[in-house]
Amino acid sequence: MTHQMTFRGATVPADPGQSVAAALVAAGILDWRTTRKGGRPRGLFCGIGVCFDCLITVDDVPDQRACLVTAADGMSLGDDAETGADLEDAGERRNDDATRA
Amino acid sequence: MPPVHDVAVVGAGPAGLAAAVEAAEAGLGVALIDTAGQPGGQYWRHYDENHARPDDRVGQHGWPVFTGLRDRMYALRAAGRIHYLPGHQVWLITRGESGAFTLRVTAATSTADGADHTFIARALILCPGGYDRQLPLPGWDLPGVMTAGGVQALLKGHRTAAGRRAVVAGTGPFLLPVATGLARAGVSVAAVVEANGTLGWLRDPVGAISAPGKGVEALQYAALMARHRIPYRTRTVIRQILGTDRVEAVRITRVDRDGRPAGPDEEIAADLVALGWGFTPSLELPLMLGAETAKDVDGSLVVVVDDHQRSTVEGLYVAGEATGVGGAALAVHEGRLSGLAVAAALGQPADPAVMRRLRSAVRRGRRFAAAMHRTYPVPRAWPQWLSETTPVCRCEEVSYGDLRRAHDDLGAEDARTLKMLARPGMGWCQGRVCGFATTEIAACLSRRETTSEDLRPLATRSLAVPVPLAELAALAEDTTPVEATEDTTEKRTRP
Repeated sequence: MTHQMTFRGATVPADPGQSVAAALVAAGILDWRTTRKGGRPRGLFCGIGVCFDCLITVDDVPDQRACLVTAADGMSLGDDAETGADLEDAGERRNDDATRA
Repeated sequence: MPPVHDVAVVGAGPAGLAAAVEAAEAGLGVALIDTAGQPGGQYWRHYDENHARPDDRVGQHGWPVFTGLRDRMYALRAAGRIHYLPGHQVWLITRGESGAFTLRVTAATSTADGADHTFIARALILCPGGYDRQLPLPGWDLPGVMTAGGVQALLKGHRTAAGRRAVVAGTGPFLLPVATGLARAGVSVAAVVEANGTLGWLRDPVGAISAPGKGVEALQYAALMARHRIPYRTRTVIRQILGTDRVEAVRITRVDRDGRPAGPDEEIAADLVALGWGFTPSLELPLMLGAETAKDVDGSLVVVVDDHQRSTVEGLYVAGEATGVGGAALAVHEGRLSGLAVAAALGQPADPAVMRRLRSAVRRGRRFAAAMHRTYPVPRAWPQWLSETTPVCRCEEVSYGDLRRAHDDLGAEDARTLKMLARPGMGWCQGRVCGFATTEIAACLSRRETTSEDLRPLATRSLAVPVPLAELAALAEDTTPVEATEDTTEKRTRP
């Protein structure tokens, strides 16, 4: 049975046992965040949990290493705030929300 | 109170598996902690065993050695003699007055079993392995550029090819299994781009005789390269990776012995570039405990150990790549030796004849590794390949120009000062990716050789992995483990 995940509105299939990063790459998606300063696209680089280039939000938990997270059915990858936004801004936004609340 | 083990083994790759199994079979209570969800490390990385297929072992070397160790480990776990914790990383190790080690452990992902653990152990065997060494070059931050090991991990661990047309580049024999693995998966490999001369270590009499099996392995790869018609371009490097939002091509050129460009550029179309320049051992845990280190033949910082795999820190043993990059067969010998040495030190029987044989196997393995390192050095002139805008630190987006200005204008003469003034190595990966390159750039700008003193500041990390703030906060509240167990462990640590 193939798992179905979602990434920015698109369905991404995954074989049981595959990582989130492997499923994205197999679907032709090579980048899923942008850098703070240069706004450069980033995806998989070291593939073994060392470089932290592949950070992604998984089911609303931010900053997960896509190369280490095992794909699961119904998983939601990335978040709305992350469409091109950088990680630091996302953190600040969360803090602002907390302050307002 | 956290459980007290005779020995904690960190890492379940070739060295760690062998160490844990030997120590447990000799009668010790063992904790085995590993980042991955299943044993094997990087070398024996394989698809999720719950969904295994027979062809998962194709391209694996020494697979029966792995399954043998794994089956013994699972049997020892079932017998309650090994406490195996996969999917977790050790982020802090401290020592109480008694000498017992306290290990703080965090889940590797949010989806792993969330329980965080503390382990206490009378002795410690660190087998943290290593990862691909990287040199920055123009365009290396484009999506589609990966480490050679990452490409291999994606193939072996996830049955996924990272592209359709690949160039594999850097130096060393590891480029060959990556290229042939890709070809086997149906990827067109446009070239293997090797900065050094070809297979020279076969001509090194001392090195080749030290590990005769390796010569056979090399010939097998040569045959596979021929069968898949993969061009092997020696004394050649990638000067630039081209593309806007992803890799489209590479520009390669011939180089002289020191890596200085010596020919016209040539462009090769590709959507995947795999880069590897040897390996960097993971040293954060041994450095955290103050183990003495040295610069190895390949330029890596490594832990100094004696012929029992003992570091300069009492009770701390180190095995595998952390004592010098040398491959899986050597790592297994070192792991077994360390497991038996700990057993002997804690009063358990350990066959001296077996230990003697292991020690001589380790010596042979070291000689072979040294011959290999001398054949595949990082070319001395590599910083000449950089342009002002080439990113060196990927996390903090620090360019070569930023580093040069910190040197020229601000007087940064060493890696530590460069790091303080220009911030390379200050991001998420804590300098793991750019540490070696930054050190070399600092030395090159100051016109001198790197030393272990240069390498150490970029390999030292106060926490071994980033952890959620809640875990740091919990540390401040929780003073029980070390103090409360001192009385109980005191008598046991000094047999």
